[in-house]
Amino acid sequence: MTFLGHLVTGLSLGAIYAIIALGYTMVYGIAKMLNFAHGDVIMVGAFVCFTVVSSLELPPVLGIILAVILCTVLGIIIERLAYKPLRQAPSLAVLITAIGVSYLLQNGAQLIWGASPKSFPSMFNFGGENGISLFDGQLNISYVAIITVSVCIIIMIALTLFTEKTRMGKAMRACSEDKAAAQLMGVNVNQTISVTFAIGSALAAVAGVLMCSAYPALSPTTGSLPGIKAFTAAVFGGIGSIPGALLGGILLGLIETFTKAYITTDLSDAIVFAVLIVVLLVKPSGLLGKYVPEKV
Amino acid sequence: MKKLLTIVLVLALCLACFAGCGGKKDDATADDGTVTIKIGGIGPLTGGAATYGFATEYGAQIAVDEINALNSGIKIEYDFQDDTGVAETSVAAYNELKDWDVDVIYGCTTTAPCVAVASETFADRYFQLTPSASSPDVTAGKNNVFQMCFTDPNQGATAANFVKDNSLATKVGVIYNNGDAYSTGIAQGFIAKAGELGIEVVAEQTFPADTTTDFNVQLTACKDAGAELVFMPIYYGPASLILQQADQMGYDPIFFGGDGMDGILSIEGFDTSLAEGLMLLTPFNATSTEERTANFVNTYKERYGEVPNQFAADGYDCIYAIYEACLKIEGLADMDHAQLCEALIAVFTSGDFKVDGLTGTGMTWQVNGEVSKEAMVVEIVDGVYVQK
Repeated sequence: MTFLGHLVTGLSLGAIYAIIALGYTMVYGIAKMLNFAHGDVIMVGAFVCFTVVSSLELPPVLGIILAVILCTVLGIIIERLAYKPLRQAPSLAVLITAIGVSYLLQNGAQLIWGASPKSFPSMFNFGGENGISLFDGQLNISYVAIITVSVCIIIMIALTLFTEKTRMGKAMRACSEDKAAAQLMGVNVNQTISVTFAIGSALAAVAGVLMCSAYPALSPTTGSLPGIKAFTAAVFGGIGSIPGALLGGILLGLIETFTKAYITTDLSDAIVFAVLIVVLLVKPSGLLGKYVPEKV
Repeated sequence: MKKLLTIVLVLALCLACFAGCGGKKDDATADDGTVTIKIGGIGPLTGGAATYGFATEYGAQIAVDEINALNSGIKIEYDFQDDTGVAETSVAAYNELKDWDVDVIYGCTTTAPCVAVASETFADRYFQLTPSASSPDVTAGKNNVFQMCFTDPNQGATAANFVKDNSLATKVGVIYNNGDAYSTGIAQGFIAKAGELGIEVVAEQTFPADTTTDFNVQLTACKDAGAELVFMPIYYGPASLILQQADQMGYDPIFFGGDGMDGILSIEGFDTSLAEGLMLLTPFNATSTEERTANFVNTYKERYGEVPNQFAADGYDCIYAIYEACLKIEGLADMDHAQLCEALIAVFTSGDFKVDGLTGTGMTWQVNGEVSKEAMVVEIVDGVYVQK
């Protein structure tokens, strides 16, 4: 029973990592850049939702919609101002810029919302209960966990279909393979990358709301650690691969939880990253990533 | 031409140096005999610990304004520098304050930066009083550094004694942040004392950072081991998550926290019914009706829109302690920072120097820099602190 409990905890935690990792992998897969500010866009999304629901006392649905809209706009603005001028610059410059944007968002949020932690409202209560209780209350599965896992799978399928079937998706895949060639074929590379960022940021808003519903502490640094873990998950599953992000996230959550439960809480992060190193040694492109040799 | 410019610049630099070396109080003594003391604060105003930095900055600011309104012959000039909670930045902030011609250092808010700055102030001979850096490492071997807060091991031991004296539990679990010196210090003090007192520590669980969000495993371990009381010497942010997750899994032991728990009731949006029955060691009670505390809380709320926590109260007391010690010093006007440092050390360790503040009455300091004040255990009943 304890084992089942840990399994549920691991799955819920993993689903959170997965949903953040989807945003990371989407942007990396297409724009070929690590958007380290992704975790902080999540935090902004959560704060927007918090403001709408807790301070303005509007319905949660409106909070989620506003968070998605504002984060999308924020994503587009960040892309326009910080990343687009660096399109031709070496990837290291873009990486450093992304870290800068991350700090900018953290400190900006601190100016607007203050440094003290906030408690996120619980939005997924049905009939006064916040979860399903099984085996006489020995096993609790929260609604947030169920919703997160479902949303995660829906987003994964939707993203896969989008990149496989639509014109824009085709353009994205073309950009991902070879920007210059795509441009020659008449693909508007800049626009495609902007759309990618918009989608990534909208996903970040959803992730932020779900993450803070599951773990309702919210402060300007909330996004940083989950952001790094989710990035790890994306690499674990094979960065750029959409199903890989889901798999990586879930596995990371499970490994972390079982390490804490059955080995030691002192070293859980160290062991998680050790597993990552072993996986990357055996499969350098991650679990589901495609190994693309560099052509000279 | 270039050479000439270089020479002029070098001369200017030398002059500036000499200007800095001049007797500091020449410009600090006004015509009416008022002495100005420059107090420089250091603490995190950005980053994950910013909320504590702001509390210490604001609490001290209120004390500074009150003292300056007294027109007592001592004026305080106050500056507060951001150290982002990082040791290296903290030393930079300290250097910034030295350039500002600081007399006394107030800070740092958090332990690791405080240890770094303390070794600098010890060498440079600046008096330093920290509101909240509670590790014994802060004061160890440095006669110029004093604390306003309890030391970590003492706090842990006090908590264990309280559990034993009130027969709260025989089996306890401990959850702490092993990436944080404060949390680890208290936890180890508690575990050591619990061993002596025959309290069985059935689960010892850790987490790596205050941004950790999932505590289900740690709570399950405590629950399965049959802990009747869970001691968690951690800050109120992660503690709010633990309370919420314990509630979700239907685990209801006595939760017991340290002074970092103070503030949990004022988290925006937090369901305070989850904190019902929570006990914590704190030197400060914001709901107290005692006049001075009530005034402080009101002013703080008016200015900063929040209920002050113990960080703010410790900060307020620090400024008053420095001020009251300065009142006892003769010839204050002619002292430079090093002489002032020795004079303040003499006053603080004199034994008959007692300070009444928000976090204790008759507070005295030991030669090693530790404060002696009463620890108070409160329990949260109906959303307010009730003293045990």
